[in-house]
Amino acid sequence: MIHSLFLVNASGDIFLEKHWKSVVSRSVCDYFFEAQERATEPENVPPVIPTPHHYLISVLRHRIYFVAVIQSEVPPLFVIEFLHRVVDTFQDYFGVCTEAAIKDNVVVVYELLEEMLDNGFPLATESNILKELIKPPTILRTMVNTITGSTNVGEQLPTGQLSVVPWRRTGVKYTNNEAYFDVVEEIDAIIDKSGSTITAEIQGVIDACVKLTGMPDLTLSFMNPRLLDDVSFHPCVRFKRWEAERILSFIPPDGNFRLLSYHVSSQNLVAIPVYVKHNITFREGSSQGRFDLTLGPKQTMGKAVESVLVSSQLPRGVLNTNLNPSQGTYTFDPVTKLLTWDVGKINPQKLPSLKGSMSLQAGASKPDENPTINIQFKIQQMAISGLKVNRLDMYGEKYKPFKGIKYMTKAGFIYINWRLLCSSSEWTLAHKNLY
Amino acid sequence: MTDSKYFTTTKKGEIFELKAELNSDKKEKKKEAVKKVIASMTVGKDVSALFPDVVNCMQTDNLELKKLVYLYLMNYAKSQPDMAIMAVNTFVKDCEDPNPLIRALAVRTMGCIRVDKITEYLCEPLRKCLKDEDPYVRKTAAVCVAKLHDINAQLVEDQGFLDTLKDLISDSNPMVVANAVAALSEIAESHPNSNLLDLNPQSINKLLTALNECTEWGQIFILDCLANYTPRDDRESQSICERVTPRLSHANSAVVLSAVKVLMKFMEMLPKDLDYYGTLLKKLAPPLVTLLSAEPELQYVALRNINLIVQKRPEILKHEMKVFFVKYNDPIYVKLEKLDIMIRLASQANIAQVLAELKEYATEVDVDFVRKAVRAIGRCAIKVEQSAERCVSTLLDLIQTKVNYVVQEAIVVIKDIFRKYPNKYESVIATLCENLDSLDEPEARAAMIWIVGEYAERIDNADELLESFLEGFHDESTQVQLQLLTAIVKLFLKKPTETQELVQQVLSLATQDSDNPDLRDRGYIYWRLLSTDPVAAKEVVLAEKPLISEETDLIEPTLLEELICHIGTLASVYHKPPSAFVEGSRGVQHKRLPARAGSGESAESPDTVSTGGVSEAPPAVIPSQGDLLGDLLNLDLTPPTTTGPPPPTSSMQMGAMDLLGGGLDSLLGGDIGGSPAMGASFGAPPAVMPGSFNAPVSGGLSDLFDLGGGVGMPMGAYVPPKTVWLPAMKAKGLEISGTFARRSGVVQMEMTLTNKAMSVMGDFAIQFNRNSFGLAPAGPLQVLTPFTPNQSIEVTLPLNTVGPVMKMEPLNNLQVAVKNNIDVFYFSCQYPISMLFVEDGKMERQVFLATWKDIPNDNESQFQIKDCHLNSDAASNKLQGSNIFTIAKRTVDGQDMLYQSMKLTNGIWILAELKVQAGNPNYTISLKCRAPEVAQSVFQSYEAVLKN
Repeated sequence: MIHSLFLVNASGDIFLEKHWKSVVSRSVCDYFFEAQERATEPENVPPVIPTPHHYLISVLRHRIYFVAVIQSEVPPLFVIEFLHRVVDTFQDYFGVCTEAAIKDNVVVVYELLEEMLDNGFPLATESNILKELIKPPTILRTMVNTITGSTNVGEQLPTGQLSVVPWRRTGVKYTNNEAYFDVVEEIDAIIDKSGSTITAEIQGVIDACVKLTGMPDLTLSFMNPRLLDDVSFHPCVRFKRWEAERILSFIPPDGNFRLLSYHVSSQNLVAIPVYVKHNITFREGSSQGRFDLTLGPKQTMGKAVESVLVSSQLPRGVLNTNLNPSQGTYTFDPVTKLLTWDVGKINPQKLPSLKGSMSLQAGASKPDENPTINIQFKIQQMAISGLKVNRLDMYGEKYKPFKGIKYMTKAGFIYINWRLLCSSSEWTLAHKNLY
Repeated sequence: MTDSKYFTTTKKGEIFELKAELNSDKKEKKKEAVKKVIASMTVGKDVSALFPDVVNCMQTDNLELKKLVYLYLMNYAKSQPDMAIMAVNTFVKDCEDPNPLIRALAVRTMGCIRVDKITEYLCEPLRKCLKDEDPYVRKTAAVCVAKLHDINAQLVEDQGFLDTLKDLISDSNPMVVANAVAALSEIAESHPNSNLLDLNPQSINKLLTALNECTEWGQIFILDCLANYTPRDDRESQSICERVTPRLSHANSAVVLSAVKVLMKFMEMLPKDLDYYGTLLKKLAPPLVTLLSAEPELQYVALRNINLIVQKRPEILKHEMKVFFVKYNDPIYVKLEKLDIMIRLASQANIAQVLAELKEYATEVDVDFVRKAVRAIGRCAIKVEQSAERCVSTLLDLIQTKVNYVVQEAIVVIKDIFRKYPNKYESVIATLCENLDSLDEPEARAAMIWIVGEYAERIDNADELLESFLEGFHDESTQVQLQLLTAIVKLFLKKPTETQELVQQVLSLATQDSDNPDLRDRGYIYWRLLSTDPVAAKEVVLAEKPLISEETDLIEPTLLEELICHIGTLASVYHKPPSAFVEGSRGVQHKRLPARAGSGESAESPDTVSTGGVSEAPPAVIPSQGDLLGDLLNLDLTPPTTTGPPPPTSSMQMGAMDLLGGGLDSLLGGDIGGSPAMGASFGAPPAVMPGSFNAPVSGGLSDLFDLGGGVGMPMGAYVPPKTVWLPAMKAKGLEISGTFARRSGVVQMEMTLTNKAMSVMGDFAIQFNRNSFGLAPAGPLQVLTPFTPNQSIEVTLPLNTVGPVMKMEPLNNLQVAVKNNIDVFYFSCQYPISMLFVEDGKMERQVFLATWKDIPNDNESQFQIKDCHLNSDAASNKLQGSNIFTIAKRTVDGQDMLYQSMKLTNGIWILAELKVQAGNPNYTISLKCRAPEVAQSVFQSYEAVLKN
């Protein structure tokens, strides 16, 4: 099981270590540092690194490496999932998961880690239970604790720990009973130069914020449940009921949680709500290039496309750009060659465009890399897959809760491969003729 | 505080200050001080000096303070064992606390204190907690057993905790069940033969019930445990699958992958025409695809596993090609894995898309990725015949980019395409030749030279091209030199008139100026061929070559099967069997997929497709079979129903052999090996006689035969002196020392048993763990009884090599279990590999030459034998005694070259070249073998034989 955990910051210092079995010397991390040096980018450090006596399994989040040390055969996914859970918990407790936050709360961090693993076996990882065992630090509580001498460690056995609904604590009371559900979808797509979609997939999640008194039993049904053929549920969802009736039936945890995540693959046609018209040309023998980019909405069911951000990595040969946005602002970093254009909202009547010229390095050969365009945007009140909640009912409690459902579509990673006008082979031929 | 603290070093001052605060009367101050101590501990400062002061704070009713002190204790108890005893009382008291949280906390902390002295005090509280009324305490106690086992395994067994733990599998609370399973799995890992997780349909049912209700982590443990079960029939298998399938929708990816493992394994038992089989296949795809939208680290592990799944059952993901397309922002380790899977999934249906993608990747920035993408295009051409033409034109496009590493990579794969589709794409050769000058990597140069040689008749200036390489012949790497030699010989055979000078030049370069034996030998062979019979040479050199096969990179089927059983583990990430790399798991069980009901071995499964491509596997060194019943060191620990190896049959035939072998050798042993085996052959048999009847008869007879046969034998095999294998301290007074010998073709284990205990011993038995060469006892261990204290006896145990095979590290390692009336003892020893050299290990000269050439150079290893003062004839004689046969001897410049061969019991040939220089005590030996793993052991044997 998990032997030890080391937290390593971006500059390669170990700033926290925790051992659940015998102490493993921190020199074991040297193998990690070696791999880190070899990797060109911070995110390229391989997640599983063998050393003569241990295995190092790491995740990188918030620019901190969480390096777990294991000694025997342990499913690596188990370790990785656990590490992500640790990060989520820290974030939940301290608001942010940074080196400073961890150092400031080092004792709470230690108490948390101790509660989460016992001898390398996960013990309590549900945030509901952890919060009963160890109260999150708040300014108010710290003050109260100092005055009254009370502690932030719970005295009672967490009630949920052993019940059939371990994710929910008992005795929850609210004056305003409310349940909100956010359906958030992210599109990942790769589009080729001609504008046709190579791959497109939707990652959807339903996040919930449930503040209901007592032990409510909820059911959530959809207008079109057939869309959901690839789903991962929170443990609270009764799987049999879903299989039989396609209804989500569950006793919710208290507070914020992810009810389900789903995946709509490219088999079901995914329409991308934005199109891009682009044109980039370099003329032979000239140190100037033309740049032309126009955006437009597509199949958005009348909803506005907002917070649009376009970024593109221009070829290394581009020295600078002189572009004119019809709206929003653009920046070009001559060092990293990254062009970003903060468009804002797309007005279907007046499509946003970015036009102008680029200056190239004099005498340099024409760039042969493929720039890609990355687009980010948001559409409120629409789930692009078409998923719609039919109704939400509550059983088991008498009061009438306030219910709300929000939809949102975001761009995850939409990449448009943006080819130069002449294909690379033609270019080399031309290039050769010069000599 | 006075100003004095400014005069001390900060560190000392800090400790000093903390000490004062810890001893303060105010609770609040105490707590703050403990917190400070913990904080220093977390950043790696040594605060162990505060141990007594912190422990003093332990008896408190403040839960947080208690927890903090416990945290401290766990960290430092080991360095302060005497002090740690002070804490025991509090633990015992806390285990009786009315609050279950405190009881659990105490039992949890107790187990983390790794101090031998303390553990004994903890057994009683632990026993109580295991039976606690509160499930929270029980589940914590279950884990504590695993902790304790890690510290003192014997204690846990003696105290019967393992049985209690097994009972907890039937606990009413699912979390307790899950933790019990987790604890047992961990214990079982360090204890592979204990049958701790004895699964039967009833326990399986309990696990499946608990599976639905326990936490996600518990589900992983239970699923991994289920995967070790073998259902009785396909019905049971189906019902388990049905109950496991819902786990595929779990949010935790580790649960999903463990469920996939169970399903992949049990699916193997379902008849393929069953509707449910098809349903299951369909259900497996979506969760695997979902894993690819998780964090990159998860994706990486998922992809490594998908790589296995795709090889085993390509049908699952055949429509999902697109999800493996590389994303711009994927980390490089994800990109490379995706590429691999794309090729595996490439088929006629999707090849156009795949090629378009691959071409895209070939223009990316990362060099490793680009190279792999180019290689992938070549692999597509070989895999999907219809696409070959498009692939070739894509590669040509890439060559036109003139990006150096792209060009080189492309040429290497085009060579492979030529080998797969000869006489089809030669039109591109002209383009390739244009790039000759830019090639600077050996592999690309060698590929290009091969192409020029192979198609010399179509390339007008082939001779010029090859000549240009010849200039820097000695600076080239071996593979380029070899290719160049062959290519020029081919050229000569095709255009003999113009190239005579060239071929003479290369032959003299290869044979006279090179010190690489391979190059030299190949040069001589060509030379001889060309000078004696050019027609034959043509037939040999220009013979039609076998086509290269589609998938050269598939994992070998038996390994694949084993890896499928280990989906989700480290083994699956490294694509190596767990035995190959997991430390501390001596004798890992080899898992194997269950056989499909009715169909025997699944002949139609895709794993049989790949026979052609996989390069000849070395025979039998790598285990080709394994069974679920596990290892055999289970003499006493399991009920007699479980199977060990079946010795009775072999012991019969061994008995017969023993007539000639056994006794005789122990007689000879006296003067050859200098071992005191003499006593054994005289002393033992008569004493055994009355005990049992059939076996000893042969022993007695053999002694009669010995006397006649023992005279006038040639110099015998080398027998290493006896060494102590099992010291008396470790085996409750039984000491075993021994050695191995090969006598008259029979391998023997010769042991001296000494009873250093106070009591009489008896009921001896012996078993071996699986080993590299399948060594197994050929008969029972005969020890005369009563074996009284302070007595020593010699025992000779004949061995055979028909036992189960498993590769050991080192190769000649043998793990042995010896049982007597007191206990079972385990030890391991190493045998000289020379005792496995068989008597008919002399190769024909011609065969030797051909084989030497045939074995790739990578398999050659060189060693130095130092300080050996024998001349070559004496050495040859000495080696012959150990079945190392000299086939030829050549003397060059006062240096004797002995060419030798030997054969192992499992049919592996080893060829050797021994260089002996008069007056130089250092010999050089080159070994060539198809199974290069054996080289090290063979070399050791050489050294041992020559020096004794």
